[in-house]
Order: sequence, then structure tokens, then C-alpha cells
Amino acid sequence: MRVVQYSLSLLLMIWLVLPAWAAEPDGRTLYEENCAACHGLRGFGGVGVPLALEGFQRVVTDEYLRKTIRLGRPGRVMPAFTRLSDDEVHAIIAYVRSWNNIPSPVYSDTPVRGDAAHGKQLFARHCAACHGPEGIGGKGTGVTFSRPREAPLIAPALNNAGFLAAASDAILRQTLLNGRRGTPMPSARELGLSDQDINDVVAYLRTLGKGTPELTDWETEPTYLVVETDIPIEQAVENVKRAVLGVNFRLIRIQYLNQGLVPAGKENRQQVIVYFCNFDFLYEALAIDPRVGIYLPCRITLVREGGVTRIMAVNPKRISRIFNNRELIRACGEMKEIYEQILDEASL
Amino acid sequence: MKGIGKGRGSLLLVLLLGLACLTAQADDLIMVRSAQDFPETMLALQEAIKAEGYQIARVQRVDIGLTRRGFKTDKYRVVFFGRNEEISRLIRQQPELAPYLPLKISIFAEGSETLVVTMNPLILAELYPDSPARPVFRRWAQDVQRILRRIRVAQ
Ligand code: HEC
Ligand code: HEC
Repeated sequence: MRVVQYSLSLLLMIWLVLPAWAAEPDGRTLYEENCAACHGLRGFGGVGVPLALEGFQRVVTDEYLRKTIRLGRPGRVMPAFTRLSDDEVHAIIAYVRSWNNIPSPVYSDTPVRGDAAHGKQLFARHCAACHGPEGIGGKGTGVTFSRPREAPLIAPALNNAGFLAAASDAILRQTLLNGRRGTPMPSARELGLSDQDINDVVAYLRTLGKGTPELTDWETEPTYLVVETDIPIEQAVENVKRAVLGVNFRLIRIQYLNQGLVPAGKENRQQVIVYFCNFDFLYEALAIDPRVGIYLPCRITLVREGGVTRIMAVNPKRISRIFNNRELIRACGEMKEIYEQILDEASL
Repeated sequence: MKGIGKGRGSLLLVLLLGLACLTAQADDLIMVRSAQDFPETMLALQEAIKAEGYQIARVQRVDIGLTRRGFKTDKYRVVFFGRNEEISRLIRQQPELAPYLPLKISIFAEGSETLVVTMNPLILAELYPDSPARPVFRRWAQDVQRILRRIRVAQ
């Protein structure tokens, strides 16, 4: 009898708890799917800054984390997570908090008042060496540990619209007051700044971000680059090879597009990919952002269909958007010019 | 200088959310970090691709001489994959798709861990808004998500 009673109440408990449990988004899985690639499996950093540090978690509010996840850091690699549900964002924050069990701090929302002009001078003297002139951020965001970089941790951009919208005056103030122990970020005391100095710097930070260029030049860019010609594909391939060498790139490989997907000898000979490279260029691109490797080595695709030979390439400027990395813009622009030059040459 | 008021703050947030929709979406690139080393993750990746019914066309090295240039790793590969019938049909319908095909996933070591990165095939629907292949892009996106999920849980 007793046993039956126990099992019944146990079943009831499972029945009550299970649906709620199943419906609750799993913060750890969501974190591992969306954040771990950059911030590390347990928040110790990597491409992104560490999130597991006590000194960080004590200072930032859940609201700061929420806005950072939603807005990202435009142009600084950290993406904007607009497709996650509110519950999912919540679950990620709860998971991040579970590493140290530090609750979200409570701040007064009185704005900080200070002298921005004085703050500007202080910033140039004490902060710009790491955070860049006008807070544009340290160079090299988005790189991994797999290559050397100037500092183990790159100072974030402070003129960033996503950052400024996420951080309240109080969070800025507290960050300066404490610094971030375990990172190069010093405290106000270490820098010899008074309370009023801190307020002045916060007032200055609030003036930043007005002039940051938007990452919008991709919008008017075509999806792909193409020239059309009526020359046969074999001739067009020869032209491309010559054009590649003409811009000082090396041919790596010439293959049919569906090679490897069909048995040898059965390939479609009217679809060819020419792979080529210039090692300086490749290293430079990978050094800025290793993720661009998906578009390497450089390639030109030729397709003959309906009596027309199309010589085509992806448009690196259009693609650059998905990396959300302002430092890639120049390299992508250069690559686009090289592709255009090759296409022009090859169609002559 | 006055700090930013609350009203202006939330207005800014609304504006920014608008901006965020225009700039990078989080899942334009799909990435996964594996706690396993490069060879094991590479194995898991190739198995996952096959398990989702795709054929591996080729594994391309992108790393020749990387360490000589100061990189700590020389383990960087791009895995090309696809299904021949699908790709052939799509290119016949719309030859302009060809520069984005076959599909590819890049894989590189970061210390003892490994990162796996790919473009979300859904981007193709944005790049080719009038394409008749949109349903295929959507299916590819689901399959690629599943491939990366398999790697994540393989650890
Ligand atoms: C593609 C890489 C990438 C992904 C994915 C990513 N982040 Fe970031 N994150 C960054 C980078 C890089 C920065 C620093 C930006 C800078 O240097 O200006 C950052 C900054 C942050 C910050 C601010 C840290 C601070 O010190 O104030 C938080 C919080 C954050 N990310 C949380 C997340 C969460 C949560 C996720 C997953 C939902 C996530 N990030 C996904 C790269 C990434
Ligand atoms: C020695 C280099 C260095 C100096 C000097 C420095 N910082 Fe930092 N700062 C950093 C690093 C690195 C981080 C990232 C810390 C982390 O990941 O938690 C950071 C983080 C910050 C943050 C948080 C940014 C974010 O995204 O969460 C703020 C705000 C900040 N610094 C402001 C300042 C100001 C203002 C000064 C000058 C008074 C200053 N820093 C001086 C290196 C520096």
C-alpha cells in the first residue's frame, strides 16, 4: 500500500514537473550552440572576450547581457542575436550566471554628470593606448588563439553603438572603478583617477559613437560578379588561367565543378572551377578573421549553358557582411577588384 | 554634459534593433566549437556530412606554410560537399548560383580544440531573392544545422 502511494505521488510529481522542464529552453545547449565558438565552452574567451570572470559578472546587469546579445557589436564580430526568443536569451543569461552564481547587481539609474571635454583628455592619456583613439577598439578582434596577436585579450570598442546602448552610466562607472581583474583592464585607482575624473570619462564615452561608419556598403553590392562571353569553355578556362597569373596569383587547382560528387570520367565538362591564390593575401585575410577561410582559396567558376559561357565569382564585398568585422572591409574590397580584373581580362 | 536620459535610451534601443536587423544576423554564419582535437573533429565532420545524405567532394588544405607565417596551427581545411543531382539541377535552372556551389564547411584547430564554421545556406535565399531554389536552400540550412549539431554532441 505504502509503495503504491509513494509511486503514485512520484508519478504525479514527474507529471507536474516534466512539461515545465521540457518547455524550459536549455541554457547550456543554447550557449554551446550560439556563443561557445567565440567565448569558449566555459566562458574563458577565445575569439570573444571571457564572460566567466568574476570581475565582469559582478559589474554587469542581466539587462546589459540581454541588450548585448540582442544588439551585438556592429562591425566588431559579436553578432546580433535577433532570432532567439526572449526565453532563450533568458536561459543563456541564466547559464552564464550559473558559472559563478553572482546575481545581477542593482544600480541607481541616475545619469552620471561630468565634464566630457576633460574626460576626453583623460581618455587620450589613460585609455586610448588599449581602446584606440576615440574608443574604436583594439585591433584584431575576431582572431583566435591560433595565431599570435598583440595582446591575449583585445580591448573592446567603446564607441560601438551596441556597447553604448547596453551599458548604463552606472555600469560604465563601476567598470572604471573596478577595472576587470584577470584582464589587462586597469582600475581607476591604478590609473590615479579621482571620482570626478571617472564621471568625466563616462560623460566623454557618452559622446562617442556618433561618427562610426555603418557596415552598409554591402547593400548596393551585387550578389556575384559575372562576365558573359560566347567563347567555348576550354578557351575561357585558358583565359582565366592567364589572367590569374597576370595579377600575380598562383594557380592551385583546376577541376570540374561536380568532380568528387560523381564517378571519375562522368563529370560535367561544361562547369569548371579554377582555384588560385596569393599567399600573402591568404595569410592576411586569415590573420584578420580565420572564418573567411570558407571562401578560400580564391576561385573563379565557369559555366557554359545555352550557348553562353559565364565566368563568375562570389562578390567578397557582399559576403563580408556575414562576418560583422569592420577590419575585413578593406581586404574584401581589394579581393573584389582582383576578381573584376581577372573577369575583364578573361572575357577579352 | 548630462548622461543619457531613460527615454532617449530606449529610443536608441529601438533604433539599434532596427539597425541590428540590417547588419549581421547571428546565424548567418553557423559555428561550433568542439572540445576534441582536429583529427577527431575532422572525422566527426565527415561522418556527419555523410549521415545527412551528402557526398564529400573534396577536402582542401588552406594551410600550407601557415606556421611559417607565425600561426600556431597548420590545421586548416575546407570540406566541399553536396549532392550531384541537386547541384546539377540548380545550376541548369540558374547558372548564376554556381559560384556558391558546392557547399563548404571550414574546420581549423584552436589549441587543443577545433572550430567548425560555415555560411548558413539560408543566405543564398537572401542573395538570390527570386531563385526557384529557395526551398532547397531552406532544406540545406536545416541539414547543415544538423551536421554541426552532430559535431557538438559528438564530444
Ligand atoms: C562570432 C563570435 C562571437 C559570438 C558567436 C558571440 N560573441 Fe559575444 N563577443 C564577441 C566579441 C569579439 C566581443 C568583443 C567585441 C569587441 O571587441 O568590441 C564580444 C562581446 C560580448 C559581450 C560583452 C563582454 C564585455 O566585456 O562586456 C558579451 C556579454 C557577449 N559577447 C556575450 C555573448 C553571448 C551570450 C553570445 C551567445 C548568445 C555571444 N556573445 C556570441 C564575439 C562573439
Ligand atoms: C592595458 C589596456 C587597457 C587600458 C589602459 C584600459 N583598458 Fe579598458 N579594457 C581593456 C580590456 C582588455 C578590456 C576587456 C576586459 C574583459 O574582457 O572583461 C577592457 C574593458 C573595458 C570596458 C568594458 C567594455 C565592454 O565591452 O564590456 C570599458 C568600459 C573600458 N575598458 C573602459 C576603459 C577606460 C575608460 C579606460 C581608461 C580610463 C580603459 N578602459 C583603460 C584594456 C584596457
